[in-house]
Amino acid sequence: MARRAGTLTRIAGGAAAALVAALTLGTLAAVALRADRAPVLGPADWAAIRFTLLQATLSALISVALAIPVARALARRSFPGRSLLVTLLGAPFILPVIVAALGLLAVFGRNGILSQALVWAGFAPVHIYGLHGVVLAHVFFNMPLATRLILQGWLAIPAERFRLAASLGLGPRQVARMLEWPMLRAVVPGAALVIFLICTTSFAVALVLGGGPKGTTVELAIYQAFRFEFDLGKAALLSLIQFAICAVAALAVWGVSLPAGLGGGLDRVVARWGISGAGMRALDALVIVLAALFLLTPLLLIALRGLPGLAALPPSVLAATGRSLAVALGATALTLAMALPLAVLADRAAGWRSGGVEALAALSIAVSPLVIGTGLFILIHPVADPVALALPITALVNALMALPFVYRALAPALAETEASYGRLADSLALTGGARLRHLLLPRLARPLGFSAGLAAALSMGDLGVIALFADPRQVTLPMQMYALMSGYRMQEAAAAALVLLACSLALFWLFDRGGRIRAAT
Amino acid sequence: MLQLDGVRIVQGDFRLAADFTLETGMLAPVVGPSGAGKSTLLDVVAGFFAPAQGRVLWDGQDLGPLEPGQRPLSIVFQDNNLFPHLSVAQNVGLGLSPSLRLSRADRARVESGLDRVGLAGMGGRKPASLSGGQQSRVALARVLLRARPLLLLDEPFAALGPALRAEMMDLLRALAAETGATVLMVTHDPRDARRLGGQTVLVAEGRAHAPQDTAALFADPPEVLRAYLGDG
Repeated sequence: MARRAGTLTRIAGGAAAALVAALTLGTLAAVALRADRAPVLGPADWAAIRFTLLQATLSALISVALAIPVARALARRSFPGRSLLVTLLGAPFILPVIVAALGLLAVFGRNGILSQALVWAGFAPVHIYGLHGVVLAHVFFNMPLATRLILQGWLAIPAERFRLAASLGLGPRQVARMLEWPMLRAVVPGAALVIFLICTTSFAVALVLGGGPKGTTVELAIYQAFRFEFDLGKAALLSLIQFAICAVAALAVWGVSLPAGLGGGLDRVVARWGISGAGMRALDALVIVLAALFLLTPLLLIALRGLPGLAALPPSVLAATGRSLAVALGATALTLAMALPLAVLADRAAGWRSGGVEALAALSIAVSPLVIGTGLFILIHPVADPVALALPITALVNALMALPFVYRALAPALAETEASYGRLADSLALTGGARLRHLLLPRLARPLGFSAGLAAALSMGDLGVIALFADPRQVTLPMQMYALMSGYRMQEAAAAALVLLACSLALFWLFDRGGRIRAAT
Repeated sequence: MLQLDGVRIVQGDFRLAADFTLETGMLAPVVGPSGAGKSTLLDVVAGFFAPAQGRVLWDGQDLGPLEPGQRPLSIVFQDNNLFPHLSVAQNVGLGLSPSLRLSRADRARVESGLDRVGLAGMGGRKPASLSGGQQSRVALARVLLRARPLLLLDEPFAALGPALRAEMMDLLRALAAETGATVLMVTHDPRDARRLGGQTVLVAEGRAHAPQDTAALFADPPEVLRAYLGDG
């Protein structure tokens, strides 16, 4: 039975809901109203739309195709370092895109180790910029995600089924057909859709690796229309197209669960029989080694190339680091300040209202950061200088981007806490601030810590809306790093990347760890 | 005096009518078949569930507009009576101040409350380090400090063994006598009901019957209660 929502719940929850609605739907409306000059989409814009759909489709298909053998190997083999590798598969979620791009350049770029090896062997170096570079980066980010989703599916097959199959003398092929194929058919389309959705809003990857007009996504085209042509009408129209693409993809994904982040539960290995043949073992080992190399080599090269430059980091990088940390912490506080009241409101509200709050919390997945940024620019421009507000706006948009994931982590834990202790708290008149302090915050310490870590790391590494407004003297660390890369100051860029990587991981670790420690006492 | 005035409870297909008064200071077991609505009746008095019709009054005051925490009552649930992340002293202290801003005098009262239920010196512990019986005692210590005139218990000691249960019933009777509290206790065990004594509210066949003398009721149970008790 739904309890009556208290005054604080209604005010805080209502304010959070209004803010989220204003930032997503409000900015979209501001953009749409601005688009009434009926700009015409040129061939370049159509090319951007086609490229967006093409690269997202390829990225999703390749990620999933590569993930299936990796997930199968992880599901049926236990080896030293397995749980570390599974944890590592969660890391790309909090890995700054620009850092990964630099790492991939170090491997697959013109002067990367792969090209050097090819030249040494008498072949031509590989050319990374363009469609294949964008797809490569997206696979780097999303193959681990797909692996985790599919691994979950594998581990969800009851061990008794495999035992039964073994007792009936079924070979690997029959096991695949009777047990594994039905699971894959249920899990893989969802995983592919999630990745497709993530890739349609790709900005930083296309910015760094797109390599020109032929590799431009819609998100990047918005940025160019805004930043270089200052054609607000065109930016607005592209924003609407982007929203439509995301909305269609999001509707398709609606029934599919999004990744809950780096959650556990993947530590066990399914007991299997009839897989001890030397050929199968070698194949699994090869798959695992290749996947680990693919994920680790770029990061390792960042560390190796960045370390020597750390001592001589330019002051601009240090200042940018400070700004980024401030933005990340601000975004974290804002995300929690939105997610917690929304979760409380959804728990207290009944029926469609509750579902409405949940949909609102998930909405920012479909609204791209650049659309929000463009809308905010249009709204703020008449009253203040948006460039002067670049950092607060970045924090706000970052907070909104993290909101769906943070909400997903908090809402179930909150509902469980209220179900177990809500009546006791009600009977003791534990309401408002006292309920927050003595019931919700202590019981939610763990998901709060995890969410805060996620939000901080995502914001720390984000290269998105800041690119719209950036005042060159007031940039964040990812933006500073991009400037160094554009200027071919690769040594300094690698050092900055190392700092950025360390900050992102440290922020996540500190918050997550803090939550665990609080929860344990 | 607790008064249920024309109360009609509707929950899906479930219907329960309650129309009775309970004298101040009375100990009242609530018995009846499972699913008859004993806990729902308590929920209505406690304010967790609004009746479709009728009023719940304490000393003539309509409790309808009051939130659960504002009603002149304390409630002990079957489980989850303590917050696991708070210390025993904090759990008891919530009975004095929901914001846990406790003065020196408050803390002394918490300590003496724990002393009264036989848990002297255990205030610093977490509930998880206590036995089931000790956890029940902590909940009773908080009831003592809240000092509300009405006490509702919903199968409070169901998880305890028979000896421990008898012990807790004796403590409950003693505390009720000290504070003069009116007690409504849901139980499915006739021994608990007889031990509590007083007047029994029988909930059966869609009706919460007016309180009747417990000893007399169990000595000569009506048909519906006999069916529930079984021929023993």
